[in-house]
Amino acid sequence: MVEAIYSLFGVESPLLYLTAIVLSILAIVLPLLISVAFAVYFDRKIWAAVQMRRGPNVVGPFGLLQSFADGLKLFVKETVVPAGANKFIFLMAPMITFTLALIAWAVIPFDAGMMISDLNVGILYILAISSLGVYGIIMSGWASNSRYAFLGGLRSAAQMVSYEVSIGFVLVCVLMAVGSLNLSDVVNAQSGGFWNWYFIPFFPIFIIFFISALAETNRPPFDLPEAEAELVAGYQVEYSSMAFALFFLGEYANILLMSAVMAVLFFGGWEAPIPALDFIPGIFWMLAKIAFGFWMFAMVKAFVPRYRYDQLMRLGWKVFLPLSLFFVVFYAGIMVAFDLLPSQG
Amino acid sequence: MAEVDIKNYCLNFGPQHPAAHGVLRMVMELDGEVVERVDPHIGLLHRGTEKLIEYKQYLQAMPYFDRLDYVAPMNQEHAFVLAIEKLMGAEVPLRGQYIRVLFSEIGRVLNHLLNLTTHAMDVGALTPILWGFEEREKLMVFYERISGARLHAAYFRPGGVHQDMPAGLAEDIMAWTETFPAVLADMEALLIDNRIFKQRNVDIGVVSAEDAFAWGFSGPMLRGSGVAWDLRKSQPYEVYDKMDFKVAVGKNGDCYDRFMLRIGEIYESLKIIRQCLNDMPGGPVLSIDNKIAPPRRADMKVSMEALIHHFKLYTEGIRVPEGEVYAAVEAPKGEFGVYLVSDGSNKPYRCKIRAPGFVHLQAMDFMLKGHMLADAPAVLGAMDIVFGEVDR
Repeated sequence: MVEAIYSLFGVESPLLYLTAIVLSILAIVLPLLISVAFAVYFDRKIWAAVQMRRGPNVVGPFGLLQSFADGLKLFVKETVVPAGANKFIFLMAPMITFTLALIAWAVIPFDAGMMISDLNVGILYILAISSLGVYGIIMSGWASNSRYAFLGGLRSAAQMVSYEVSIGFVLVCVLMAVGSLNLSDVVNAQSGGFWNWYFIPFFPIFIIFFISALAETNRPPFDLPEAEAELVAGYQVEYSSMAFALFFLGEYANILLMSAVMAVLFFGGWEAPIPALDFIPGIFWMLAKIAFGFWMFAMVKAFVPRYRYDQLMRLGWKVFLPLSLFFVVFYAGIMVAFDLLPSQG
Repeated sequence: MAEVDIKNYCLNFGPQHPAAHGVLRMVMELDGEVVERVDPHIGLLHRGTEKLIEYKQYLQAMPYFDRLDYVAPMNQEHAFVLAIEKLMGAEVPLRGQYIRVLFSEIGRVLNHLLNLTTHAMDVGALTPILWGFEEREKLMVFYERISGARLHAAYFRPGGVHQDMPAGLAEDIMAWTETFPAVLADMEALLIDNRIFKQRNVDIGVVSAEDAFAWGFSGPMLRGSGVAWDLRKSQPYEVYDKMDFKVAVGKNGDCYDRFMLRIGEIYESLKIIRQCLNDMPGGPVLSIDNKIAPPRRADMKVSMEALIHHFKLYTEGIRVPEGEVYAAVEAPKGEFGVYLVSDGSNKPYRCKIRAPGFVHLQAMDFMLKGHMLADAPAVLGAMDIVFGEVDR
């Protein structure tokens, strides 16, 4: 994508190349932030529909501008730093969360060639970035100088680390089948219609991935770091105004990211479900799949109660870890036995 | 090696806390996430109800009872009017008794709907509460239609109830009992077989029958431990002895059993409501003894005696003969009792209120010890605490 924008300039210059990089980043980040705003609206509407409420319906047509109004409100509010808080870390934490939630999008392919960086280790990159995400939460929990926030921070540290392990094994399964860590290659390996998509052969690990993604993004039933019933709002409890908004945006950007990763790994990324629909641009399919993933996230939120801390850890270490390990061996065995391993290029 | 002094983590749970069910403050000592000690602090909603009642005429004291357990107001009024009637030896007309039972049971459904759904919310299921409140709202409308107020009804009177049911109300309540089970079934489908919900509630806050007796539990907290003790059966008041209903009983005494038991009680309450509506006789709803209940307005136009009675009742109030009495009803939360001492004047000498929530709350430390922090809301939810009656 950077190259494409650079070639539009028609002149060669390092400065213009830099401009092209910035432009392509903006081309991803700006729509992303706007879609985060609508994702919040979408989430609230789905939740309201399940609960037989109306949801946001006052600001703008059908309440569409609600998120922007909320954002504006948070923007003009005062940032309160609690007494005894470590000010620097306290304010760094939401920035880290927000930044990490955005930079992971660098490798997500929206269409063939439409990504900021066609990284050869794209899957590893995403795994690395999402592992770092825990820092923002730990730092905020510690720096707030609040007991609720501290417990929330500790919980999420344990939780996110645990579920990363099983996500790692899920990714191993997929990359065994693809033979590459490049996300474009993952999508290309699933081309030719929905029957080639990985959610069919890899259905069990798709389920593991989805549940781990819920845990990874601190969504119900794994929203323990901010478990309202006991920790009020967990690590976010002391945050106000933009600092809170950054956490909030980061959280939803992460959910969208997980939906995007799910779309790439299991639903064929930008590929049309049947080849006859190839005339529709790939980006439409990609966005539709992200929206579908997000819809699943939102529905889960509306239906389930919350796990207890020890139950969550038990599920992560005693159920998902052995299961995902088993499936790594299982799929590897099948691929070797039936000679399905991808050719070494 | 230097000895490290490990201090337990002290956490203030409330009084401003989303799961504290009002203004409960629990000072918790945590070892990691495990609760070592809970110290419930109460009194933040203390309004001096019992003392205030001593300075009010009997009828004026009535509305205070709505404000105790504001989730099921009429059940509290019931205990108070029963105490007065016991002291005075007053008779309640049959239709009045049926209406009282009818609205006590509606109160029970009101209470259980709130409790079940907030219990679900305390363990993280945020949807049922909105479904439940949709139905609660309909019941509130019944309250409003019969008493004029959605919440603080002040509808029961010594000697009966204030007014007869308005036309069409009985049919509407009947129609509601037909549609309600479907809503309840939806709610059950979302919760009772849900693995997470079960994991959060089964074997949490277990109380054995002996412990339940020792801590003075009553109502669902006692029945959850397998004791079929229900004042409506064991010492029936009003027309409960004519009603055909079962007492729901739990088995293990954990939070899940209490949850299931309350669902069972809702179904039994529906049965009683239907029987009340079907069997309700005609006739007066309020005692015709003019020393207790005011005369009819029409009589006052022609009868000097009625006019005097009316004047006396609304200036001086009811005079209750000297004596003391304890009257209890099976309120939705347990045994709600009123111990009334009268010195023969028009004001109670003493009115001690036995609120079930107060008794249950003292077992918080006992029930939570060794559980996780996240179990605190579950136990609290299943305990069914409303601060209006705990603090009084």
